[in-house]
Amino acid sequence: MNAETGQPLLTVEHLSMRFGGLFAVNDLSFAANRREITAIIGPNGAGKTTVFNCLTGFYKPTVGRLTLSPPSGARFLLERIDGFRIAKEAGVARTFQNIRLFAGMSVLENLMVAQHNRLMRASVYSLAGLLGLAGYRAAERRALDLARHWLDRMGLLAQADQTAGSLPYGLQRRLEIARAMCTEPAMLCLDEPAAGLNPRESQELSRLLLDIRGEFGIGILLIEHDMSVVMQISDHLVVLDHGALIAQGPPARVSNDPAVIRAYLGTEEDEALPPEVAGDLVAVPHSIPSAGQPPC
Amino acid sequence: MRPNLRGMVKDSLAAAIVAALLAVPLLGFHLSGSAQGLTLDYRFGWVAIASLAVFCGRLALSLAGTAVGRSLRRRRQVVLPLSGRPSRIRPAVGWALVAVALLLPWTPLADRNLIDKATLLLIYIMLGWGLNIVVGLAGLLDLGYVAFYAVGAYCYALVSQQFGLSFWLCLPLAGALSASFGVLLGFPVLRLRGDYLAIVTLGFGEIVRVVLLNWQDVTNGPIGISGIARPTFFGLPLLASVPGRTTFHEFFGLPFSTDHRIYFLYYLILALALATNLFTLRIRRLPIGRAWEALREDETACRSLGIDPTKTKLSAFALGAMFAGFAGSFFATRQGFISPESFTFIESAIILAIVVLGGMGSQIGIVLAAVLLVGLPEWFRDLQQYRMLAFGGAMVVIMLWRPRGLLASREPTVRLAERPATLDAAGEVLP
Amino acid sequence: MDYLLQQLINGVTLGAVYGLIAIGYTMVYGIIGMINFAHGDIYMIGAFISLIGLLLVGVLGITYVPLALLLVLVLAVLFTAVYGWAVERLAYRPLRGSVKLAPLISAIGMSIVLQNYVQLAQGARVKPLQPIIRGGFDLSSANADYHVTLSYLQIIIVLLTVALMAGFTAVIKATPLGRAQRATEQDMTMASLLGIDVDRVISTTFVIGASLAAVAGLIVTLYYGVIDFYIGFVAGIKAFTAAVLGGIGSLPGAILGGLLIGLIEALWSGYFSIEYKDVAAFGVLVMVLIFRPTGLLGKPEIEKV
Repeated sequence: MNAETGQPLLTVEHLSMRFGGLFAVNDLSFAANRREITAIIGPNGAGKTTVFNCLTGFYKPTVGRLTLSPPSGARFLLERIDGFRIAKEAGVARTFQNIRLFAGMSVLENLMVAQHNRLMRASVYSLAGLLGLAGYRAAERRALDLARHWLDRMGLLAQADQTAGSLPYGLQRRLEIARAMCTEPAMLCLDEPAAGLNPRESQELSRLLLDIRGEFGIGILLIEHDMSVVMQISDHLVVLDHGALIAQGPPARVSNDPAVIRAYLGTEEDEALPPEVAGDLVAVPHSIPSAGQPPC
Repeated sequence: MRPNLRGMVKDSLAAAIVAALLAVPLLGFHLSGSAQGLTLDYRFGWVAIASLAVFCGRLALSLAGTAVGRSLRRRRQVVLPLSGRPSRIRPAVGWALVAVALLLPWTPLADRNLIDKATLLLIYIMLGWGLNIVVGLAGLLDLGYVAFYAVGAYCYALVSQQFGLSFWLCLPLAGALSASFGVLLGFPVLRLRGDYLAIVTLGFGEIVRVVLLNWQDVTNGPIGISGIARPTFFGLPLLASVPGRTTFHEFFGLPFSTDHRIYFLYYLILALALATNLFTLRIRRLPIGRAWEALREDETACRSLGIDPTKTKLSAFALGAMFAGFAGSFFATRQGFISPESFTFIESAIILAIVVLGGMGSQIGIVLAAVLLVGLPEWFRDLQQYRMLAFGGAMVVIMLWRPRGLLASREPTVRLAERPATLDAAGEVLP
Repeated sequence: MDYLLQQLINGVTLGAVYGLIAIGYTMVYGIIGMINFAHGDIYMIGAFISLIGLLLVGVLGITYVPLALLLVLVLAVLFTAVYGWAVERLAYRPLRGSVKLAPLISAIGMSIVLQNYVQLAQGARVKPLQPIIRGGFDLSSANADYHVTLSYLQIIIVLLTVALMAGFTAVIKATPLGRAQRATEQDMTMASLLGIDVDRVISTTFVIGASLAAVAGLIVTLYYGVIDFYIGFVAGIKAFTAAVLGGIGSLPGAILGGLLIGLIEALWSGYFSIEYKDVAAFGVLVMVLIFRPTGLLGKPEIEKV
C-alpha cells in the first residue's frame, strides 16, 4: 500500500442514463480509488453495464459528471470526451460481457493492435514504418516485449500464433484482459470477467486482478456476478438495483446491509455457491501471494 | 452415404421442371422487332433442350457429386483459418510469378497480342490489389471503386492535354486527386454501416459516370477524350520520329517498332502493380494495417482500445483510391483514348469479384482470380456473346464452391516464434 | 403551378414503381441481411415476361382489355416468381451462414447472368410497345397553355400499387406467414428451433419480392412502352436507394422511399436537368444517411455492447 491509496481515481456524480422513458441508471454517485478494486454488483438489469458504457464512451450520459483523475495529475471529464478518445487519451480500458476479440487475427496480433496509438506515433503515421526506420523498429520491439510479457503472464505463450477465435473460452477471457492491459490504462473496467469460468479459473482470475492492482497501481472497476470473486478481492462495493445506488462501502459491511440482502442476495439464492466451492473459498487466504499465473 | 438412384432421378426431374418453367417465357418465345412493332416467334425446341440439359447435368452432378458435396460442406467454416506455420510455398509462388512476369516478353510465346493482353490483366491485378486494401483488409464494401479509376484516367488525360505535363508528373497528381476524392466521399459516409456504405459508393460511382457523360465542356461527354499523350521512356518518345527530339529507337540505335511501346507499357504496369503489392505487404505489418484488419473484425473492440475508426477507415479508403488513380492514368496513357463507357458499374463488380474470389486479403489469390475472371475470357473473345454470361456464372459457381475465396488462409502479420525473446520465454510451472 | 402538378403526378407514378421494387429489397434485407443485387434484373425479367404476355394475348385473340391485362398480370407474376425462387435456391441458399460478402458476390454474378441471358435470348435491341391504355383526365386550369393530364393508366398504376401494398402490409401484420417472417427476421436460429421452416419462409420472401417486381415490370412496360435488358440495373439501384432512404427492413419505409425518389427525380428533371436526375436522387440519399443513418422510418439501433 502506498500514499496514493485512497485518492479517488474516478468520481461519478449524479449519473443518469435514459433510454426512451426508462432510466437505466438513475442519479448514481460513487467514487473509485486508485490502487483499489471497486466492484459494481446488482441483479441482472440493474444498469451495471450501462454505467460501463457511459464510462467508456459507448453511451453519452443523459445527465451526470464523470471525472477521472489519474496519478499523472491530469483531469478528464469523461462525459465530454467522445468514443475512442476515452481509451486513447484518458486511459480507460475495458473488456466486454460477451468477449470481443479480433477473432480472425492471431493472439499476438490482438495484443499488438492494443498498442496501436503508441505504435502509430512511433511510425510517424506509417511513414517511418514504411521506410523501416530504426526508431520504429525499436518501438515495435518494445511492443512485442510488452505483448510477450502479458502472454507469459496469462499462460498464452504457446498459443501466441494461433487465431484468437480458436482459443478455449477461459483463455479468450484472459486474452481480453491482456489486451486491455496492453493499452497501459489508468483504469481497467472488467465486465463480468469470471462469467463462464470454472472455480479454479475464477481463483486464478482473482489472483491475477490482485496482482495487477498491486503491481501497476491502477484502479480496477469490476462488474461481477460471482460473489466468491467479488467478496474476496474487492476493496469497495457499489450495489445497484433498478439503476439506483442502494449501498456502497467495504464488502464486509455491504454484505450485511439489509437493503442489499433484500434486493440482491435475498432474491438470487441460486447465486449461492455449491458447498465444495465455498469450502475452497475458505481455504484461500484473503491476500493471495503474487505468484505467476499457472498455465491451464 | 449410399447413392439413391431413385431419389436422384426424382430430384433431377424436379430440376428439369423448374428449368422448363424458367425457359418457357424467355427462351420459348422470341420478340422480334419489325417496323410495325413486335411479333412473337416460338422456339419450344430450345425449352426442351434446356430442360433436358438441366436434367442430365443435375443427374451427373448428383452421381459424381457425393464426394464434391462433402468437401463443399467441409469448407464452409466461418472463422478465417490462420496458416499454422509460416508458409514457405506462398513466397516461393510469389517470386516465381514475378519471375514469369518479368521474363514473359522474352519468351518465344510472346507476341504483341499476348503482351497486350497481359498488360490488361496486370491493370486488373493492380486494381484488385488496390481495392484489397479497402475491402480485404479494412472490410469496407466499396461498390464504386471504378470511380477513382475514372478520376485518375481523366485527371491524366486532361492535365497532360491542357498543361502538357508528362506522364511521370501526372501520375502522382492523379493518385493524389483520386485519394482526395476518396477522402471527400469517405468523410461523411465512413461512419455508416457496411451495407449503407456499399450503396453510397455504388451511387458515387454512378454519379461520377453521369458527370463524365454530361459535363461536355470538360470531359467531352460520351465521345470521350482522344489523342492522350503516350508515356515516354524517361523522356524519350516511343514514336517513329518527333521533330526536334530524339526518340527511343534513335537513341538506342534500334530500328523503329511499335512493339517497343507495347513492351514498355507492359513493364510499366508491371512495376506499378508490384509497387502496389509491395506497399500492401508492408503496410499490413504496420500498426495502421493491423488496425484495418482489427476494424474488419470488430469495430466496437477497436474503439475500446482507443483506435479512431473514422480516421483509420478513411486512410484505407484514400490509399485504395490512390492506387486506382495510378492505374487510371496508366489506362489513359495506354489507350490514348478514354470515354465514360470504360468506367461502368460492371468494372467495379469485376474488380470486387477479383478481390473476393481471390480470398479476402490474399495477394496471390487476387492474381489467380484475375487470371480466371479477366485473363481466360480474353482468350475467348470470339465467343463475345457468351463471355459475360460465363463470367457471371463463374462468379456464382466459385462462390458456391469456395465462399471464402480461392486462397482463404491468412498469414499473421507477426509471429512470436520468429522474434527472439528478450525475456525468459518459459512459463511458470504449477506449484 | 400546372407544370408542378404534372411533375407531381409523374413523380408519384414513378415512385409507385420504385416502391414496388424496393419492397423486394427491403424484405430480403430484413430477413437475411443481404443486398439481393439480382432483384433489379428480376424486375427486368418481369417486364419482358409481361411484354411477351401482352403479345401472346393478342395472338390468342383476347381483345377485352381488362381481361387481357389481368391474364398478363397473372402470367407475369407466376413466371417471375419462379425466377425469384430459383435464384434464391441456386445462388443464395447454399451460402447461408457463410462469409458475409459471399452472397453479395454471388448476387452480382447472378445479376450479370440474368442480364446476359435475356440479352442472348431476346436480343439487345430496345423493345417498343404500342400504348394499350390511352386517354385520361385533363386537369389544366382554365385558359392555361400548359396541359396537365392524369392518364387512366397513371390512376390504375397508383391504385394497383396502393392496393398491393395495403394487402401486403396486412399479410405481414396478421397472418401466420407474416408472423413466421418477422420471427425469422429477429432470430433465424431461434425461429427454426421453434419449428418454423426457415428455408420456406425465406423462399416465400423471395417469391413475394419477385411477384411485386413483376407487377412493377408490367407497369413499366405499359407506361413507358419501351424496355431492354438493361433497365433492371438502374431501376434496381434506385429502388435499393429508396429502400435505404425509407429505412431498410421497413415496409412503409420502402414505399415512402420509393415515392420520394420518384418525386425527386420527376421534379429535378422538370426544373433542373434531366441528365443529372440520378445525381439528385443519390445526393438526397447521402444527406439522409448522414443526418439520419437508419433511414426515414428505420428503427434507430441502440448499440448493444
